[in-house]
Amino acid sequence: MIPQRRPRLALGPLTYYWPRAQVFDFYEQALAWPVDTVYLGETVCSRRHELRSADWLELAARFAAAGKEVVLSTFELIESDSDMRTMRAVAENGRFRVEANDMGAVALLAGRAPFVAGPFLNVYNAGTLALLAESGAMRWVAPVELSASGIAAVRAEAEHAIETEVFAWGRLPLAVSARCFTARYHNLHKDRCEYRCLEDPEGLLVETREGEPFLVMNGVQTQSASVQNLAPWMPDMARLGVDVLRLSPQASGMSEVVSVFAQLACGALGVDAAGERLAHVANARTCDGYWHGQPGMARVAQPQ
Amino acid sequence: MAAVDNGADDVYLGFRDETNARNFAGLNFDEASLRKGIDHAHARGANVLVALNTYPQPGTWRRWHAAVDRAAALGADAIIVADAGLMRYASREHPKLRIHLSVQGSATNAEAINFYHERFGVARAVLPRVLSLAQVEKVIGRTKVEIEVFGFGSLSIMVEGRCALSSYATGESPNTHGGCSPAKAIAWQERGTVLESRLGGVLIDRFDAGESPGYPTLCRGRFTVKGETYYPFEEPTSLNTLELLPKLQAMGVTAVKIEGRQRTSRYVETVTRVWRSAIDECATHPQRYRVHPAWHEALASVSEGRQCTLGAYHRPWK
Repeated sequence: MIPQRRPRLALGPLTYYWPRAQVFDFYEQALAWPVDTVYLGETVCSRRHELRSADWLELAARFAAAGKEVVLSTFELIESDSDMRTMRAVAENGRFRVEANDMGAVALLAGRAPFVAGPFLNVYNAGTLALLAESGAMRWVAPVELSASGIAAVRAEAEHAIETEVFAWGRLPLAVSARCFTARYHNLHKDRCEYRCLEDPEGLLVETREGEPFLVMNGVQTQSASVQNLAPWMPDMARLGVDVLRLSPQASGMSEVVSVFAQLACGALGVDAAGERLAHVANARTCDGYWHGQPGMARVAQPQ
Repeated sequence: MAAVDNGADDVYLGFRDETNARNFAGLNFDEASLRKGIDHAHARGANVLVALNTYPQPGTWRRWHAAVDRAAALGADAIIVADAGLMRYASREHPKLRIHLSVQGSATNAEAINFYHERFGVARAVLPRVLSLAQVEKVIGRTKVEIEVFGFGSLSIMVEGRCALSSYATGESPNTHGGCSPAKAIAWQERGTVLESRLGGVLIDRFDAGESPGYPTLCRGRFTVKGETYYPFEEPTSLNTLELLPKLQAMGVTAVKIEGRQRTSRYVETVTRVWRSAIDECATHPQRYRVHPAWHEALASVSEGRQCTLGAYHRPWK
C-alpha cells in the first residue's frame, strides 16, 4: 500500500476588503501559523487598494523568509486596461509563484514559470488539465462545484503529474459579476463606490424573506453564507491524494481554524473533536454538499 | 427555421443532451432534425453553429468528443466551445472545423482570446456581458479574432462560466449540467393570495396578487439585506442594444448575438425581423440610422419584464 501523504495547508487569498492595518495585523499573525503555503494579493476588485503591489510583495518576502511557499493570485475577472496591467505585473513578478485565475494570466505565464491553475479556470476534465499542465501548471485548484468522485476521475484520467488543491474551509466563492452588489446596495455607482466594502469585513449577508442566511455579497463577488467545512472528510481527501487544502481567510477565528486543520492533518486530533471545535469558529451554518455531488449548501456531516 | 427565414446570418443549434447550455426537455435537435436544419440554413445562405458550450464532466467526456465528431460529420459551419480541453480535442481531430469561443468560456481580455487563437485557431469569440463599449473596442483592437457581442435577450448578471449559484442550491449549474435553475428543483406554493417560488427549497420570491411571477432564477430573486427587501442582484430586465448598433459596427464587431433558443417561434420571428432591418439600415446609412419606435414596440411585446437596459455597455450602470 502506498503510504498516504499528509495534505499540506494553504491560506487562500484574502477575499474581503479590510483596512490596511487589519490586513497587516492578520498576516503578522499568519506568519506564525502552521500553513505551508500563503496566497497573497487582491483577487476580487481592482478598486481595492488599501495595499499596493509593493505592500503585497513585501508581505510575500516576509512569508518566503519564514520558509513558506508564497503564491501571488491574479484577479478573478479582467475588465479594464488597468486590471490587465496589474495582472501582467503579478504574472511577470519574476520571483514568486503565481496563481492564474483567468486564461489571460495563463497566456502570460505559459512556458515561462510553473504556476498554479486557480479555481476559476474551470478545470472539469483531464483534457483541460492536460492543456494547463502543458502550459506549465504545477498544481490545479479544483472548481468548488466538483465532487470528490469528480476530482478522483479527473486525477485518474490525468496525463500529467500535477498537484491537486481543494477548497476545504470558508465561504464558497460562487459567482463574479460586472456589477458591484455592495455599491448597488448603497445606491452608488460602481466607479464611485466610496469603498463601502470596508464597512463589512465578511461581506453583506443576503437572507431569504424567511430570514434564512443564504448568500454573501462581497463587491462584485457572491459567496455562500454557509461556511464550507471539509474537515470531517479529511480521511477521504488523504485517500484521494489531495495535496493541498485551501483555508479561506475570515475576519475572526482563523488562527483556530488553521490550528485544528493542522492537528487533524497530522493525526493529533480526531475528526469528531475537530468538527466540534470548528463548529464554534464557523460563525455560520456549515456545508459540505459539493464534496458529495449534492447541492453545495447541503450538509452531509452530522452536526457535532 | 423562423430565424433563418427572417434573416439571421448564423443560427445556434444544440444536440439534445448536456453538451449544450440549453439542456431542457423538449428543446434541441436529434440527428435527423439537425441535418434538416442545416440543409434549410445552407439553402438560404445561413450558417449553422453547433453549441457544445458546456464543460465536459469528469469520466463522461467521451460524450463531448462524440458530439464534436458528430457536428463535424453533419457539416456544421462552426462549433461553439467553452472548455479548453474540448478545443484541444477538436483542433487535433478536426483541424478544418471552425471553432468559436463560447461566452461560457469567460474570456474578457485579448490575452485570453489570443491564447485560444494561437493554441486552437479559434476564429471568433463571444464576449461575456461585462465590458463597457470602450473596453469592447480595446479588445477588438488587440486581436485578430472576430468578436461577437450580446445584442438582445435576458441579461445574465454574473459572468458566464463563472457562476455556481445554481449548483449551490440545486446541485446543477450551467458549467456542470448545461442549465441554470433546473425545473425539477422548482416549487410553487400558494399561501392565500401570495404565491411563493422556491428553488432547491430556498425561498426565491413571494408575489402578491397582481404581480406577475417570474421564473425563480437565483440572481433574480428578492432577498433581504440588513432588513431591506429588494432585488439585490438583478431586476427582471432584458438587454437591448439597438441604439448602440452604429457604434458596434464602427468599432468592428463581427456579429451581434440575439438570444433565441428556448423561445417561441413568434419571439424568434419578431426579434430576427427587427434586428435584420436595423442591421441593414445601419450598414447602408450609418449616419442616418435611428431606432424606429415600431422596433422598440415589437421587441417590448416579446421581452421579459418589458424593461430594457444597455447593461454593462453603459458605464454608470449599477
